[in-house]
Amino acid sequence: MAWFKRSKENISIESQKRDTPEGLWKKCPACGEILHIQTLKENLSVCSKCNYHFRIGSEEYFSFLLDDKSFKEYDAKMISKDFLNFVDTKKYKDRIREAIKSTGLKDAIRYGTATINKIPVSIACMDFEFIGGSIGSVVGEKIARAADLALNKKIPLIIISSSGGARMMEAAYSLMQLAKTSSRLNRLAKAKVPYISILTDPTTGGASASFSMLGDIHIAEPGALIGFAGPRVIKQTIKKELPEGFQKAETVLEKGFIDLVVHRKEIRQTLTRLLNFIK
Amino acid sequence: MAKVVLDFEKPIYELEQKIDEMKKLSESIELGDEILKLEKKINELRMSVFNNLSRWQKVQLARHPERPYALDYISLMCEDFIELHGDRHFGDDKAIVGGFAKLGDHSVMLISQQKGRDTKTNIYRNFGMPQPEGYRKALRLMQLAVKFNKPIITLIDTPGAYPGIEAEERGQAEAIAKNIFEMSGFPVPIIVVIIGEGASGGAFGIGVGDRVLMLENTWYSVIAPESCSSILWRSWDYKEQAAEALKLTAPDLLQQKIIDRIIPEPLGGAHRDYKKMGMILKEVLLEEIKNLKKIKPEKLLESRLKKYGNMGEWDTL
Ligand SMILES: [Zn+2]
Repeated sequence: MAWFKRSKENISIESQKRDTPEGLWKKCPACGEILHIQTLKENLSVCSKCNYHFRIGSEEYFSFLLDDKSFKEYDAKMISKDFLNFVDTKKYKDRIREAIKSTGLKDAIRYGTATINKIPVSIACMDFEFIGGSIGSVVGEKIARAADLALNKKIPLIIISSSGGARMMEAAYSLMQLAKTSSRLNRLAKAKVPYISILTDPTTGGASASFSMLGDIHIAEPGALIGFAGPRVIKQTIKKELPEGFQKAETVLEKGFIDLVVHRKEIRQTLTRLLNFIK
Repeated sequence: MAKVVLDFEKPIYELEQKIDEMKKLSESIELGDEILKLEKKINELRMSVFNNLSRWQKVQLARHPERPYALDYISLMCEDFIELHGDRHFGDDKAIVGGFAKLGDHSVMLISQQKGRDTKTNIYRNFGMPQPEGYRKALRLMQLAVKFNKPIITLIDTPGAYPGIEAEERGQAEAIAKNIFEMSGFPVPIIVVIIGEGASGGAFGIGVGDRVLMLENTWYSVIAPESCSSILWRSWDYKEQAAEALKLTAPDLLQQKIIDRIIPEPLGGAHRDYKKMGMILKEVLLEEIKNLKKIKPEKLLESRLKKYGNMGEWDTL
């Protein structure tokens, strides 16, 4: 659950004040380059100097991956519910309300149908910005429904993951979403409907321990953190420094759990080529 | 075995010691009435303590170092057991044991996480924290069960999947994901029993089933209360509050419809009477196997899909 530590990074480009001079520029956390917001956006939020991939959300992914105006969203009105009356330093109820207000999203995922170079797909994309992309009932249900949509329409399924893992405030229900999503993906696989998983920064915990790691093909963005336990937890456990590049997409590729590491600009074309092979 | 006594067990143990001393004395003096009175008092104390445990106290009981572990249950319940080893790819994870077991008239595949009793055996068992090869061994054994049409029984008792460098490099996430995926589609009955700690994905990696049961004094959730405290409260000091918030006890999970049944433990906890605990669990398992065997495989898979499909709650704007 890295989202608490990195709250500064989670602020999306959209939510920053654009009118102020400071709001016009953004510093690359990898190379320190000062990037003009507009230019950065045109470059799909990738640093033009070092290729650092900034975190982006469903709105941006849909905009450059899908054919213009082809996206039809399903179940856009589902929101999380505080059914356990969970209180930590805040009430879960308030967390949900605040996240909806600050992000303009309804939860940490959106899904629907669309076309990619005219190929129809069922697509779901997570939003890390929304409570760390954590997996609660809404995320689990929407992934299950995206899989069912692919099954019923016999169209490929694409899931773009960006998640720190469990939504603790939904406790055991959060854990059960791993079986809800995996069982529906199992049924999809038995029907031989293709599923491509796209892993972005970060894909850890409950996401990687279920739907994100169950694709026919795994595509990761460069530099994305991909693993089960978060680096902080591992460091605490083993009391040693972690090796260079540990849990980075490029290393995970070397270890055999990813098929391709693909630059954000090339994902649309890679998907098209793959889908043309499979169909 | 050195006695480990939890805070809330202390007054009970003290009274028990007193009775033992009196019983020794009573060989020379008549103390029958006194002893009876004291025994009554102990029973009342046991009832009042164990019927009013907080969620955190239940977590402590679930972790009691004298609780029966998987291999204890196997020797208490099974007429025969052949342990099978290795994932056929990398190695044999000692944090997961599994093999063919004879349970009454049934041949079953029994798989469980296994903790150690002392420093040496805990290191050998990696404190019951499996690595990817453990989950892959479990998968291989479950596939054997499917091949020979045997029910699968998994016993869950883990503080979590091991968070280490090599575990990550060998695909801890993929191993757990694969098991959850495959378990949702095995056409044989699967019974899952939480016998101690059920911590998150590390537990769930062998935890998808048709019937999910919990022993009375165990816990099961998406995160351990300490870790939850450290993330949400940013301090390790709120584990009691975290345990309350997570609603992680057997009655909590029965109410949430995440588990199907609570298995009672002997008064004072499973560790106070191994033999009785073994008998209770065996009886329950035999009953559950008998019921599940009546269900056709297609129906079993359909219900399993539906069962997990129903888990979750949300609102619509
Ligand atoms: Zn840069």
